[in-house]
Amino acid sequence: MNILVCLKQILDPEVPARDFRVDAAQREAEQGAANLVTNIFCENALETALQLRERAGGGKITALSYGRPTAEDSLRKALAMKADAAALVLHEGGEAPDPLASARVLAAAVKRLGAFDLIMTGREAGDWGAGQTGALLAEELGLPCVSFVDSIEVTGGNLRLKRQTDTGWEVFEAAPPVVVTVTNDEHNVPRIPKVRDVMMSYRQPLTKFTLADLGLAAGADNDYYEVAELFVPQKETRCDFVNGDTLDEKVEAFARYLIAVTRSM
Amino acid sequence: MHLMNDVLIILFAANGFDKGAQGLAGAGRRLADELGGSLRAVVLGEGAEAVAGEAARVADAVLIAEQAELREYQPETYLAALAKLCGESRPRAVLLANDTYSQELAPRIAHRLGGSAAGDCVELRVEGDAVRVGRQVYGGKAHAVLELKRSPAVVWLRARSFTPAAPRAAAGEVTRATLNIQADTRTRLVERRREAGGESRLEEARVIVSGGRGIGGPEPFETELRPLAELLGAQLAASRAACDAGWVPPTWQVGQTGKKVTPELYLAIAITGASQHMAGISEAKTIAAVNTDPDAPIFKHCRFGIVEDYRKVVPLLREKLKQVMSDE
Ligand SMILES: Cc1cc2nc3c(=O)[nH]c(=O)nc-3n(C[C@H](O)[C@H](O)[C@H](O)COP(=O)(O)OP(=O)(O)OC[C@H]3O[C@@H](n4cnc5c(N)ncnc54)[C@H](O)[C@@H]3O)c2cc1C
Ligand SMILES: Nc1ncnc2c1ncn2[C@@H]1O[C@H](COP(=O)(O)O)[C@@H](O)[C@H]1O
Repeated sequence: MNILVCLKQILDPEVPARDFRVDAAQREAEQGAANLVTNIFCENALETALQLRERAGGGKITALSYGRPTAEDSLRKALAMKADAAALVLHEGGEAPDPLASARVLAAAVKRLGAFDLIMTGREAGDWGAGQTGALLAEELGLPCVSFVDSIEVTGGNLRLKRQTDTGWEVFEAAPPVVVTVTNDEHNVPRIPKVRDVMMSYRQPLTKFTLADLGLAAGADNDYYEVAELFVPQKETRCDFVNGDTLDEKVEAFARYLIAVTRSM
Repeated sequence: MHLMNDVLIILFAANGFDKGAQGLAGAGRRLADELGGSLRAVVLGEGAEAVAGEAARVADAVLIAEQAELREYQPETYLAALAKLCGESRPRAVLLANDTYSQELAPRIAHRLGGSAAGDCVELRVEGDAVRVGRQVYGGKAHAVLELKRSPAVVWLRARSFTPAAPRAAAGEVTRATLNIQADTRTRLVERRREAGGESRLEEARVIVSGGRGIGGPEPFETELRPLAELLGAQLAASRAACDAGWVPPTWQVGQTGKKVTPELYLAIAITGASQHMAGISEAKTIAAVNTDPDAPIFKHCRFGIVEDYRKVVPLLREKLKQVMSDE
């Protein structure tokens, strides 16, 4: 089984709202003191791939990212988690989000890197949260796609994909090659790499491509959508903290608040 | 060149003409009016007749895609059908709700039509010639307005946040079409399960009791939160942390990547209130919280709150609720 996992490096989404700022004129988020991290759903995808490889007793996992030179950190971490190979396509041009342009770059890199049975992305990225790149990548590659997958098994020559739905779950049987987008579940919480593996990861080879290497021009088709406005909405409510001298009094006050709301519905 | 200004909404019969479909139709009607085009609907899947009947009350025309291969959802076959249909009727905009199937197919429909997609939108309007959408970004910390550069605009909406359309005097015409789509079996849906419990319609709940990582394990959801929810006539929900821990099923997750809920009352128990969680409850009317940390961000969104250990609060709260209810 030859697996490719797409990883996006993003501004740490866990940065508290009070520390988050945007540059409204540039229509970009300010990095401030926030770190750059791998998008969580990409790590869920990698974890799902690692478990699949473990169960199958073999296979190769390639991690791929399209980003700034710093995205190398995401790929090193993937190697430390025990991906077999890693490739970075260097981003050129502006920061404007464009899932179609990203999908085209990733598709060109996938074709260059070889033939894959399974191509995985996260369900969405924690920055712009487009939730589109995996689906668009499938289209660019002419492959079928199943979204919101949380676990994968190999049965015969086929893949058994379990995915989450609004009301429960569904199972798909897919003939490789196929693209899947991955969501979180109790079983694909990303593993923490060992310190030794983190150190080792810096000695492993990492393929780098420029857009020109892939026969693409920078920003050539940035015409999907444009950010017309970006702002931080101001919305705070004043909270009445129930008071009272004893727990009993406080809880009773809380109960009265609750009942007042349900009565007014 | 003749410009098509029609708006097409896509309805999956399996969801019924629920609040999401109603909001979708409302959004579609307003967009069609802005564009000066008509509103059309296409309904797919088993049970399409009933949904088409409802849709015809608000749409100018409704099409039922009639074909054995389309009775049950299969992503590739549905995609081929929708791409063909949209390709023929050339709408200016294609709108979908934010259910699983809509989210899965929308970007690919856009790709096949040479259009632009955007998702999880809470605003939709025309500005000049362009369709613009508003959506939360950065895990709910910021709001962006995107201008879709290609046509058609393929947009999936937080459908329940949009006002339904008023029924029209004359019902739209319902037609049936066989699309002659070949079944694409590269992927095949082989099993479907509903999660047990009443949590499947969280989006429709009027009261929600939700638990987070601070709950500490699966048992208190059953022994503490469920009886409380029953007293309040509430549905149970959870944060991502509680779902990822395996304490409750993923269908309970509320937030940016979980359910977008619109209750009158949302009671958050041992939930911090990370922006990604709040992104799912921005339409809740009243938020209240139980948390040991007075600085938890959740309190910034609460009308009222209590700073205490939930393990002390919840059993007592159940008693007090019963007392107050029987006193009155
Ligand atoms: C891209 C992305 C998407 C995400 N999507 C979602 C999403 O859809 N939904 C979602 O929920 N999260 C989502 N998250 C995760 C989110 O950022 C938070 O990590 C998560 O919501 C935290 O869950 P929590 O509040 O339950 O846990 P914690 O942050 O661990 O908070 C636990 C809270 O419980 C309180 N507490 C502890 N013990 C007690 C007690 N005994 N009594 C009372 N209070 C107590 C603590 O004070 C604390 O406030 C997403 C993250 C990313 C990056
Ligand atoms: N620049 C990128 N490099 C690698 N993978 C990406 C990139 N952009 C998006 N992806 C993949 O697509 C998923 C969804 O991203 P998005 O469509 O931006 O929400 C991510 O979780 C990644 O797996």
